[in-house]
Amino acid sequence: MSQNSRERILARIRSAVADAPEAPEVTRAYLTRHTPDDPEAVLDLLHENLADYRARVHRTDEAGLAALIARRLEERGARTCVVPDGLPAEWLADATAEAVPDGRLTPAALDAVDAVVTGCALAVAETGTIVLDGGPGQGRRALTLVPDLHVCVVREEQVVASVPEAMPLLDPRRPLTWISGPSATSDIELDRVEGVHGPRTLEVVLVRGRA
Amino acid sequence: MSGVFMGMPAFPEAAREAVRDERLRANLRHATHTIRDKRARAVAELDDWAELREAGKRIKDRTLRHLDTYLLRLEEAVTAAGGTVHWAADAAEANRIVTDLVKATGESEVVKVKSMATQEIGLNEALEAEGIRAYETDLAELIVQLGEDRPSHILVPAIHRNRGEIRDIFRETMGGWGRPAPEGLSDSPAELAEAARLHLREKFLRAKVGISGANFMVAETGTLVVVESEGNGRMCLTLPETLISVVGIEKVVPTWRDLEVFLQTLPRSSTAERMNPYTSTWTGTTDDDGPSAFHLVLLDNGRTDALADEVGRQALRCIRCSACLNVCPVYERAGGHAYGSVYPGPIGAILTPQLRGTASEVDASLPYASSLCGACYEVCPVAIDIPEVLVHLRGRVADRGGPGHRLEKAAVRAATWVLDHPGVLAAGERVASRTRGLHPKRLPGPGARQWSESRDLPELPAEPFRDWWKKNRPGDRA
Amino acid sequence: MRVALFVTCVNDAVFPSTGVATVRLLERLGVEVDFPAAQTCCGQPQFNTGYRRETVPLVRRTVRAFEGYDHVVVPSGSCAAMVRHHYPSFGPEAAALGPRTYELTEFLVDVLGVTDVGAHFPHRVTYHPSCHGLRMLGLGERPRRLLEAVKGLELVELPGAEECCGFGGTFAVKNPDVSAAMGADKVANAVSTGAGVLCGADNSCLLHVGGMLSRQGAPLRAVHLAEILASTEEEPWR
Repeated sequence: MSQNSRERILARIRSAVADAPEAPEVTRAYLTRHTPDDPEAVLDLLHENLADYRARVHRTDEAGLAALIARRLEERGARTCVVPDGLPAEWLADATAEAVPDGRLTPAALDAVDAVVTGCALAVAETGTIVLDGGPGQGRRALTLVPDLHVCVVREEQVVASVPEAMPLLDPRRPLTWISGPSATSDIELDRVEGVHGPRTLEVVLVRGRA
Repeated sequence: MSGVFMGMPAFPEAAREAVRDERLRANLRHATHTIRDKRARAVAELDDWAELREAGKRIKDRTLRHLDTYLLRLEEAVTAAGGTVHWAADAAEANRIVTDLVKATGESEVVKVKSMATQEIGLNEALEAEGIRAYETDLAELIVQLGEDRPSHILVPAIHRNRGEIRDIFRETMGGWGRPAPEGLSDSPAELAEAARLHLREKFLRAKVGISGANFMVAETGTLVVVESEGNGRMCLTLPETLISVVGIEKVVPTWRDLEVFLQTLPRSSTAERMNPYTSTWTGTTDDDGPSAFHLVLLDNGRTDALADEVGRQALRCIRCSACLNVCPVYERAGGHAYGSVYPGPIGAILTPQLRGTASEVDASLPYASSLCGACYEVCPVAIDIPEVLVHLRGRVADRGGPGHRLEKAAVRAATWVLDHPGVLAAGERVASRTRGLHPKRLPGPGARQWSESRDLPELPAEPFRDWWKKNRPGDRA
Repeated sequence: MRVALFVTCVNDAVFPSTGVATVRLLERLGVEVDFPAAQTCCGQPQFNTGYRRETVPLVRRTVRAFEGYDHVVVPSGSCAAMVRHHYPSFGPEAAALGPRTYELTEFLVDVLGVTDVGAHFPHRVTYHPSCHGLRMLGLGERPRRLLEAVKGLELVELPGAEECCGFGGTFAVKNPDVSAAMGADKVANAVSTGAGVLCGADNSCLLHVGGMLSRQGAPLRAVHLAEILASTEEEPWR
């Protein structure tokens, strides 16, 4: 049946546009970025936009990273923390929360874990977005979804200004998750409230200097 | 479309009820005005909005012009990435495909991401008939499902409900569907969101089948995109073993890069955010991450009819942002239910009559459900000239000569004849002017009665302008 | 410069004072105005109701009536928008009329280059920008600039100014309840300004809103912009 429908739909499309004039070329007169090329300003903008959508943003350098992560987990009362494959071991060196390696935990098992710590693929300053692509230190998608606290480490060199700058750096064959603040909804009277199904707390750690 | 909308009265009658519902009017006014100003601010942040809008329009137009090519490319890419592609000519076929796929998993319940396409085809009802329960997981959809209600907005289907009504629905019905609402639930939006979180969590964790739509499908890579806020989408797209996505054929875009336009325009137009909290993209299946089986059901269901209409086809550019609903003065007063379709508001008024035809009373009345003020066109991020399509569809309805339209056509023809004979027109104007003392401010008769129910008729002048001119500028040619 | 007045059918039959005011205003500014008597209606009511075929004779008549004029001035944004935006779909001859057609405020500001037309109108006024002038023609600040230059006139902001008044041609009779609800909100907003005059540049909208003002006995009357601009200290308008 479906095979017939495939041909039928394609035939209907072809006859529908048979007499249509050729569509004009796509123009891309829009801007590649809306922010000056100043890494410092771009980092500040990311910070500001993440915070605007209720993410907690922290700044540190490589030396202070482990202590900061440990403090974030502690202050949020996280006793357990799932660890994606490939997460640098030193990030959790100071943490008192019990590290739970991801050995294909079931959703229910993940639900019993308090927190997750990850890196990211990149971050977009103009929209206050971090993007995860499941690469090393990021884990499969469920890890950053089920636990209620997500601590995400963003290195300064991973920050781009805009969405058009992000696109060519991302690999569409990998499953991507774009995260802009903790989960939220506008479904009650079209007013925004944070905290629904995804992690209700998003802590973003911006790290200066190269690893 | 969904059975719940069948047998709807024509728009003017349904709207009459809505206009008189004070609470509904207040809810809609509050919600639409809240989002209107926010959208304007979010859009004003981007200096290149006009260019983004133009790019979005052209990307969509080009895709539609070569839709067959892009769908085949998409099919190839999805298949290569481990997905299975199905084609559904109409709602019945799509429902059958999805039902069979769910049955093959042996499951009797599914979790759903908010999707206009599955609402359009009435998938939940079709699954229910086969003993499969579909759980809506978007907060607004949940409110509609629990309240046994109908959606009234594209983005926020429960926009007609205020927080107090939502609290009551949760208190009364959640227990019947699973975990009951917490004791002492208040009407604070944060508490209501928390109640939904608790209620749905057990369903997410045990779900084996997820059903979604998609905001975009990328032909060159086979990637699907879901844009959302709450994380319910991520739950449904990630945790189940089987994922079935039902997507209208017009949702395809040619390239990965094309997303850079829509990921800027869609969030700002819909929820007035720089970016929505979560966007998920996936390409077929990925080992050890997410569902191991992925099915894509490509849905026609009237879209190729719309595509065949040279004026109407621009409606297929729609990215379902809802900006046109939120600025529409008619939607604000009439509410979404009056449109008798899952697609309400200005976009619904041009989409529904193209997808379903104009045979039913409600569908034939939709092209007239607008004052043609143009606010919808102004905010549309893909520049759909909704007033142009409305007028075009009015022509189609008038040509069919349905109830009332034969008489109307005769009247219009008579008026045109008079207006094409200035001598006759002037004589008529003079008679009207001379007898003006006799004209009441309210008139009986069709049209006049509707007019004078709430408005006085103006007093006619002593003479028409053309007579004044003749008297006062006698030397003039003309 | 040959200038023709396209008075519009509604003004001709129901609001001739707007036509008279337009003539008086233009002549005061030194413009010699013609009124081609062959003109009737631009065809917009037919067109917008879906009767394209029935529109054709009126388009043809309008195009012929204004042949040879450099400028056609219309005291109605809606009719000007019909000519400029929809006439091109009726062929090249009809399309050619568009660029020569000016809504009154466009003609004053863009062609004559004036914003102070020497008017005097000692009233508190609020302005409703009609949709077609606002969105299809993009009249923008022109009407406001003209009103601000009127001596004695106090211009007050209309809340929700850019929202449609609910007229919409046949919409007012095909969807009377929604139309009246929109009109009621417009009236309430206008009354809230404390103005004595609701000014607009489209008499079809003022017919609707004015009709509601009259029915409700509101302390506000609807007046076309041309009549305010025509008013002077020596010859006050009403």
